Amino acid sequence: MKTFKMGGVHPEENKISNDAAIEVMPVGKQMVVLMNQHLGAPATPVVQKGDKVKVGQLIGEAQTFMCANVHSPVSGTVLKVDSCKDAFGISKPAVYINVEGDEWMESIDRTPDIKRECTLEPKEIVAKLKEMGIVGLGGATFPAHIKYNIPEGKKAEYLIINAAECEPYLTSDYRVMIEHAEECCIGISILRKALGVPNAYIGIESNKPQAIAHMTEVARQFEGIIVEPLKVKYPQGAEKQLINAVTGRKVPSGKLPIDVGCVVSNMGTTFAVYEAIQKNKPLIENILTVTGKKLPSQHNYIVRIGTTYNEIINHSIGHLPETTGKVISGGTMMGKAVVNLDAPTVKGNSSVLVMDEAESRRGAESNCIRCGKCMNACPMGLEPYLFSALVKNGRTEEAKAHNILDCIECGCCFFSCPANKPLTDEIRLGKNRVRAMMAAKK
Amino acid sequence: MTQQILIAVIVLGALGILFAALLYIVAQKFKVVEDPLIDEVAEVLPGANCGGCGKAGCRAFAEACVQQGNMEGLRCAPGGDAVMQKIGQLLGCSVEQGEPMVAVVRCNPANCGDKRRSNYDGLRSCAFEATVYTGESGCPFGCLGCGDCVAACQFDAIHMGPDGVPVVDADKCTACGACAKACPRRVIELRNKGRKDRRVYVSCVNKEKGAVAMKSCSNACIGCGKCEKVCPVSAITVTDNLSYIDYTKCIACRKCVVECPTKAIKDVGFPAPAVKPAPKPEAVEATAQPVAEPAKA
Repeated sequence: MKTFKMGGVHPEENKISNDAAIEVMPVGKQMVVLMNQHLGAPATPVVQKGDKVKVGQLIGEAQTFMCANVHSPVSGTVLKVDSCKDAFGISKPAVYINVEGDEWMESIDRTPDIKRECTLEPKEIVAKLKEMGIVGLGGATFPAHIKYNIPEGKKAEYLIINAAECEPYLTSDYRVMIEHAEECCIGISILRKALGVPNAYIGIESNKPQAIAHMTEVARQFEGIIVEPLKVKYPQGAEKQLINAVTGRKVPSGKLPIDVGCVVSNMGTTFAVYEAIQKNKPLIENILTVTGKKLPSQHNYIVRIGTTYNEIINHSIGHLPETTGKVISGGTMMGKAVVNLDAPTVKGNSSVLVMDEAESRRGAESNCIRCGKCMNACPMGLEPYLFSALVKNGRTEEAKAHNILDCIECGCCFFSCPANKPLTDEIRLGKNRVRAMMAAKK
Repeated sequence: MTQQILIAVIVLGALGILFAALLYIVAQKFKVVEDPLIDEVAEVLPGANCGGCGKAGCRAFAEACVQQGNMEGLRCAPGGDAVMQKIGQLLGCSVEQGEPMVAVVRCNPANCGDKRRSNYDGLRSCAFEATVYTGESGCPFGCLGCGDCVAACQFDAIHMGPDGVPVVDADKCTACGACAKACPRRVIELRNKGRKDRRVYVSCVNKEKGAVAMKSCSNACIGCGKCEKVCPVSAITVTDNLSYIDYTKCIACRKCVVECPTKAIKDVGFPAPAVKPAPKPEAVEATAQPVAEPAKA
């Protein structure tokens, strides 16, 4: 079985919400839709106070290159266009909508029938992805229309679908594969057409045998979709690692996957692509996992974006357990702790992970003993212990020379460190400094 | 045997003399002629290499002084007027009297210590924490409390206070500005020490709207503008929901301190017992009532 060659770790999988079927989360009374739900500049609000909006109506328009459209997840009246604090307490521009009924845009096909044929040309597909505000749902929320618009002179040879879901606890992609395999495969076919590649490979880790069996079964009906079982290893779902695992190619330092002829997309994104292209439904919903060892029940939900964390917690488990230490958006390896539970969820949120106080605390830090575990674990072949020292002493030039910018912030170094040194944090700080230094030099 | 030793000593000795002569000639030929004044100026400087002057270190500052020939735009903050006068004498130019400055931490510790809203257990670095989230206090503008400023200070003049916000030791502070540069939130500002070390400043940098700022911190400046109105010398301006006192205009009358509804304006160095406890609440009530009544009527 294939896997990527360098580094990697084996965190506890904890896929305890695997068997929870996707439920629909009811809509709250008020929705706050952030304008900055993607990588890049915030969208510009195109509605005003008092405007009536329908589900799927455009409320934030992408006016710069690196931006994505934002649509209303609910129907109702716009209360105000203001700012709202996100999950980390940072103020961002937002549209507040008072929910009234559930009136959808007429263009959206809400029938449960599966629509297979796609007659659109590749250019039209990309344009529609932009119109529907599709972003990558693997975590980075990279606007899809930029990714699928292959620059001149470059050619895509492989489309790789990331269904590795290597992050502990997360099961949303798994549920999508089990429940919406056919839709996903149609979405993959559409993306294949947009890129003009002969084959698409779905990388699934072998700890999901049911998903592998089911996807293989469904993919047989489609031309050029190959399921590729992968050996379990974190961070298999990282773009560069997945390319290495599936094709054996290596993305050179400072280059993009397209430079080696690869385009990687998340499984959740393919479902969103299907809904956008075939059903005219913009990206207004997230599929997310509500999980945690101490929770009375485990859930997978389909949630409208703009639902607050508190609403999700109240609906799914009532209230947080007394011993809760952290609520994390994302998995245990790369997720971020949420400090503001009144914040709305955004595109790309994949989970609400409730961790116990004892489980969530970092261990006490001690000195580096030069054991080299972090080097062995690093999937990019970097030297985290060295960066730690360089960053601490402000030696930014040297950190850059040792390719600190190649770090994908997967957290393997911190995970493997017996001294509990916050290596990933230090590297992220170092990356910021290097970027600042490069910007100052320009 | 002795002969061999003798030969070795002679050969090595001769080589040594030869190379010494060579080195001497080369050193003379490629001698770097440096103004002896630079050494003299460098001698006068404190030698902390703090970089507060904007130069790489004390030597670089001395070079700049000598090169320029006068002291315009150059100032050694740690050395203060005493050092500046000495350099002026050496260079034979006049030196402007500078006002003594001090670093001021503009954050009120309302949500620190036991009242923290979250528990940060990542890398103890303000520069990093600022990129992750708002910080433990919940205020997106305020002090993060990891002590980047403490690490930056070369004069042992800033320390973490009991409530998680740094405290400046005004006697040790040389106003080099290293802490202000190290602070990712720009909470620390250099302000004048003031007459008799008495100074008044807005101890908040929160630019959020009043209600939002109040949610972040009960001591936040809400930009109500009361201080702006009460100031007799128009030293106070409110921009972006944040009040700022221009220290060059401020006469330290402390009318704004009494007026501030959130106690965001701080006074330092005033004799405490005579003024502080008694008249303050009265003054607040006296001003609050007349404002409230006409509104009702």
